[in-house]
Amino acid sequence: MNHIPRRRLLLSAAAATAASLAGCAVHTASTPKARVVVIGGGFGGATAAKYIRLWAPEIEVVLVEREAAFVSCPLSNLVLGGSETIENLTTGYDTLARKHGVRVVRDEAIAIDAQKKEVRLARGDTLRYDRLIVSPGIDFRYQDVPGLESPQAQARVLHAWKAGPQTVALRRQLEALPDGGVYALHIPKVPYRCPPGPYERAAQVAAYFKQHKPRAKVLVLDANPDIVSKKGLFLKAWNELYPGLVEYKPNSNIVRVDAANNTLELEFETVRAGVLNVVPPQQAGQIAHSAGLVNANGRWVTVNFQSFEATAAAGIHVLGDATLSAPGMPKSGFMANNHGKVAADAVIALIQGRPVNPEPIIANTCYSFVSATDVVHVASVHKWNATQKTLVPVEGAGGLSPAANALEGQYAKAWARNIWADALL
Amino acid sequence: MSLQRIALSTTLALCAAGTQAQTPDLQARAWAASCAACHGTQGQSQGGIPSIAGVDKTTLLDKLKAYRDGKLPATVMHQHAKGYTDAELDRLATHFAAQKR
Repeated sequence: MNHIPRRRLLLSAAAATAASLAGCAVHTASTPKARVVVIGGGFGGATAAKYIRLWAPEIEVVLVEREAAFVSCPLSNLVLGGSETIENLTTGYDTLARKHGVRVVRDEAIAIDAQKKEVRLARGDTLRYDRLIVSPGIDFRYQDVPGLESPQAQARVLHAWKAGPQTVALRRQLEALPDGGVYALHIPKVPYRCPPGPYERAAQVAAYFKQHKPRAKVLVLDANPDIVSKKGLFLKAWNELYPGLVEYKPNSNIVRVDAANNTLELEFETVRAGVLNVVPPQQAGQIAHSAGLVNANGRWVTVNFQSFEATAAAGIHVLGDATLSAPGMPKSGFMANNHGKVAADAVIALIQGRPVNPEPIIANTCYSFVSATDVVHVASVHKWNATQKTLVPVEGAGGLSPAANALEGQYAKAWARNIWADALL
Repeated sequence: MSLQRIALSTTLALCAAGTQAQTPDLQARAWAASCAACHGTQGQSQGGIPSIAGVDKTTLLDKLKAYRDGKLPATVMHQHAKGYTDAELDRLATHFAAQKR
C-alpha cells in the first residue's frame, strides 16, 4: 500500500465512495428491474401504477387495460341530468405512459398463473411479474335478475352503472320519454358500487324532468329496506327541489324483468315504465374469479388491508370495488384511489425488502349532486385496528353535510379534477 | 487511521446522509397520499381546492388543529382532521411542508 502514490489512492478512494453511493440504492445496474403488472386502469389500478413509478422509479410498471380511455363514474349522473358531457369525464392513458413511464398495454387479462407469476392476455401475449395488482372493478350478476340474462334484454334495460356508452344511451332514453312518462330505477341490495349513487341519480333525473317534462315521474324501487346513504339529505332534496316528482319504494325485490315490455315484476306489484333502469347485483370483475381470488360469498376478494394482498394468493394484490369491503368502507372511486396508494406503498416495500407500513390511514369523501350545482357529502377516516386486524372508521371523525349547498358543488367538481389527475395525469 | 479507513468512513457517512435526505418519513408519505385525492398529487392541486405542497409547517398544523377543534369553519376538513392524532397531524404537516410547491 505504501508504494502506491498518494494521489492514486485518493482517486481510488473517491471511486470507492462513488461505487458505495450507488450501492445505497437498492437496485444496481446489474440486477434486472423488478416488474409490477397492474390489471385494470380504473381509480384503483391507474393510481397504483402511477404511485409505484412516482415513489420507486426503478420498478417497471405494466398497466393492462381493455378500454382506450378512462370514463369517470363520479359525475356521470350529471350527464343524465344534462349538465355534464361524457367527454368531460373522459381521460386517456397517454400521460401515465409519457409522464410517468407506465407501459400501457391495451388488452384484456384472461388468466393468471400465480406459480409461474405470469398474466395471459386475450391477444396471446404473456406478461411476467414480480408482484401483481388486480383492480378489476365489478361485473353484473345478470343470473340474479330473471329476464335480463340475454344481451337483447340488457341492451334495452340499461344499468348505466359503468360510465360510458350506457350513460349516454340512458340519457337518450330519458330524452325520448314523453312528458307524463315514468322513469323507474331499480337498486340492488348492498353491497354495490357507490352507495349514494342511485339516490343521486334519482335527483338528477328529477332535475331534468322538472325543467323539461314536469309531468314525468321518477320511481325509485329499492331492494334495500331503506335509503342506504345520506338518507335525510336525499329525502330533503327530493322533497324540496322536486316536490311530487320522486316516489321511493323500499323492499322492492325483483321477481322478473320483461324487457320487451319495459315491465318489472316485483314481489307485490308490477311496474311498467317508459324508461326502465335496472342496476343489477354485482361481484368482483371476471379475472378475479377465473384466477381463483374470490373467496367471500362467491362474489368478492378478501384482502389484508395493510397491503391489499389477496388472502387467496400470495404476491397478488386486489383493489377497489372487487374487494370484500372493510367495515364501514364504501365501494367508491375515492376508496379505490386510496387502495391503489396503500398497495403501491406495500408492493414497493416488499420488492425492496422493507417492512410494509403496519398502520395505514385512509380518508374518503363521497360527494353527491342533488341538482346541477348543489351537493351533499359523506366523509370518513379509516385507520388500521390491530385488534380487529382491519381498517375501521375512526370514531368521532367523518360525517355529513348539514344540507345541500353550492360551495360543496364547487368542491365536488374540483375534487373530480384532482382525483382524475391524481390517478391518470 | 489509514487513508483507506478514512475513505470507507467517508463513504458510510455519505451513504447515511444520502439515506436520510432521500427517505424521510415514509409512513407519513403513505398517509399523506390519501389527502391527494382532493388536494392534488403531492399536495399540488389542479385548482378549486387549496394546494398544500410547500406550505409552512406551523401554518398547516395550526390550521389542521383549528379545523379539528371547530375554530375554523369548514365543509369537510373538520370531519377529516378529527380522524388523526396530534402526532399524525404533525407528521402530515411536516411532509407537505417539504413538498415542492
